Amino acid sequence: MEVIYRYDGSLEGFLCCVFDSYVNKELPAEFQDEAHLVPSLFPARWVGTDLRHAQRILVSLEKIDPWAQELVVKGFLTCAPDREMLLYRFIRALYSVGRPLLRRLSDDAVLPLLQAVRHLDGEVHLLKGFVRFSEFEGMLAGEIRPKNRVLPLLRRHFCSRFYNETFLLYDRTHREALVHQNGKWAIMPLDSFQMAAPSAAEAQYRRLWKRFYDTIEIKERHNPKLRRTHMPQRYWDTMTEFQGEDYFTAADSGAPEPAALAEGPGGSAPAPLLRPPAAPPSPTPGP
Amino acid sequence: MDVMEKLTILTDAAKYDAACTSSGASRGSRPGYIGNTSSAMAGCCHSFSADGRCVTLLKVLMTNCCVYDCKYCVNRCSNDTRRAAFTPEELADLTIQFYRRNYIEGLFLSSGVMVSPDYTTERMIRCLDLLRNRYCFNGYIHAKAIPGTDPELIQRLGLLADRLSVNIELPSEEGLRTLAPNKTRKAIFRPMGLITSTLRENKEELVKYRHTPRFAPAGQSTQMIIGATPDSDRHILSLTQALYDKYRLKRVFYSAYVPVVESSLLPSVDTKPPLLREHRLYQADWLLRFYGFQAEELLDEDDPNFNPLVDPKCSWALKHPAFFPVEVNTAGREELLRVPGIGTVSAGRILCARRARKLEHEDLRKLGVVMKRAQYFITCKGKVLDGLCLRPDSVLRSLTALERAALPASEGQQLSLFDPA
Repeated sequence: MEVIYRYDGSLEGFLCCVFDSYVNKELPAEFQDEAHLVPSLFPARWVGTDLRHAQRILVSLEKIDPWAQELVVKGFLTCAPDREMLLYRFIRALYSVGRPLLRRLSDDAVLPLLQAVRHLDGEVHLLKGFVRFSEFEGMLAGEIRPKNRVLPLLRRHFCSRFYNETFLLYDRTHREALVHQNGKWAIMPLDSFQMAAPSAAEAQYRRLWKRFYDTIEIKERHNPKLRRTHMPQRYWDTMTEFQGEDYFTAADSGAPEPAALAEGPGGSAPAPLLRPPAAPPSPTPGP
Repeated sequence: MDVMEKLTILTDAAKYDAACTSSGASRGSRPGYIGNTSSAMAGCCHSFSADGRCVTLLKVLMTNCCVYDCKYCVNRCSNDTRRAAFTPEELADLTIQFYRRNYIEGLFLSSGVMVSPDYTTERMIRCLDLLRNRYCFNGYIHAKAIPGTDPELIQRLGLLADRLSVNIELPSEEGLRTLAPNKTRKAIFRPMGLITSTLRENKEELVKYRHTPRFAPAGQSTQMIIGATPDSDRHILSLTQALYDKYRLKRVFYSAYVPVVESSLLPSVDTKPPLLREHRLYQADWLLRFYGFQAEELLDEDDPNFNPLVDPKCSWALKHPAFFPVEVNTAGREELLRVPGIGTVSAGRILCARRARKLEHEDLRKLGVVMKRAQYFITCKGKVLDGLCLRPDSVLRSLTALERAALPASEGQQLSLFDPA
């Protein structure tokens, strides 16, 4: 009998679905995230999240191969429309074949997941460069519009690079924000975020950057197609160098702080989306 | 003159420098300092300018005042152009503020020769020192070593920068003599050799004492101008090979000559930059660094220039039919890497995947092999792909056809430019 599994949308929740499917000896027909429920003909089963079950799956994956665990954790962050199914098929095959499955790079249970994770890794790599911050009274804020959930993977890079900064990076697609202050960080859901108008100094640095960007081109080599190949146009709308004139004009004095920052990043961190990082997630001791 | 104007002049003067990488240095963050160089493995591009080149570093000159008169250079002293110079504070502030906004990965600092090489290098050192020690900048810095500088100054520069580079400028001695009368081949290779030996010593010391200050941890690179002199590709590639082998350079960059000045010694001002040639040289450069090719294999005396129609690897493969076909399921990594359409990544995947089971043609496509090229040169389980025509002329024709679409766009535009005239 095929069943639909409904869960809370978290990685842990999904792993519990995997756990339950083995306990109940059933093949899920579909996985549904609590937030995106669709009526269906199949009977549905609600799977509660039990962190111990999730942990058991994660540990078993790591025992097979740490890379298998990494693929599952990253795979859950990808934008593949059927990512739960891809992951489920991968995990099932992994349990039956064992470690040699990881060598079958062209296998139907592995390849789609690998491709999705490559897409995610590629986007993370590009965004390490394409993220643009603006300064508001000593704090940095930026926004991105990625296809995959990249924040958990960008976190380590930006928190290390801007260790002494307070910053907020907003993911407009998934409506969540990475906030960092005094070496502590959190990734929290945030429904809306509006960047404030720039101060005079901020506007001046934006103009300087725009001027640098426009000047560095060698006109005789003009090649917009090559530029689009390296830097797909979908990233442009959050990048300083492609903004309209308004972006470079300063607001009147007393520009309001961005609303989101007022909440402050002191809140407790949600359950870590990745396996516990080398540095303890939150709170970490300040310098 | 305000910073905006200076930035414009000094960026415009620095843009012909090809090097803009940030790879090779791995330094974590330090408390109290801003930045790191941890995105080291592949470098990190922060933007791409409208000519498709990556923008990684804030690439500027300290000053574009120059006492030299190199014919090919926009900054030569006989050129009537606006001159400017950054103060160390201005440049440090720009770098930090751009870096915080994640516009850049670090600073690329070059300079025209003001007064003398020593004087110029001292100014650069002052700027980098300010940036590193007062502004606490821990990001990437690429600095140019100017030929003729005192070795001790280069030593100090290398302790502040992540990567040093000395530009070879022109691939041959004759070229230098006619076009850059103030520079000699010897003067260029001296600092390069010095940097190489200092790097080696520094490495040995680091083994003994862990806290030895690191000298140019990302190594050294160079660049040369392509198309300003009549040197052949073969000459350029052999030189490149020698630089990698003898001087342990991390990268050699090529810069297609963009005519900036009318001179009887140079190509005329309407000459298009030889972008395709530059592209082929870069392809060959990759073959030298990652694919185990030698310069002599790629080009010989009878054929001193690259075929513009097919890439260097295909052209090597077509000239060596005896090497092929390669059996994918048994060939070693070196052999796989010689097959057009198989790169370092797909070769690695093949080696991994074939341990699980024998591979078919269909598997190769899934592993990321470019079958359009590779199909002519491989067998899977002893079989050639069904229905493939393997006559040498038809293979060449199909490979050329593949390449046409991949040629740099400007090559296509070149034709249309003649129409209105």
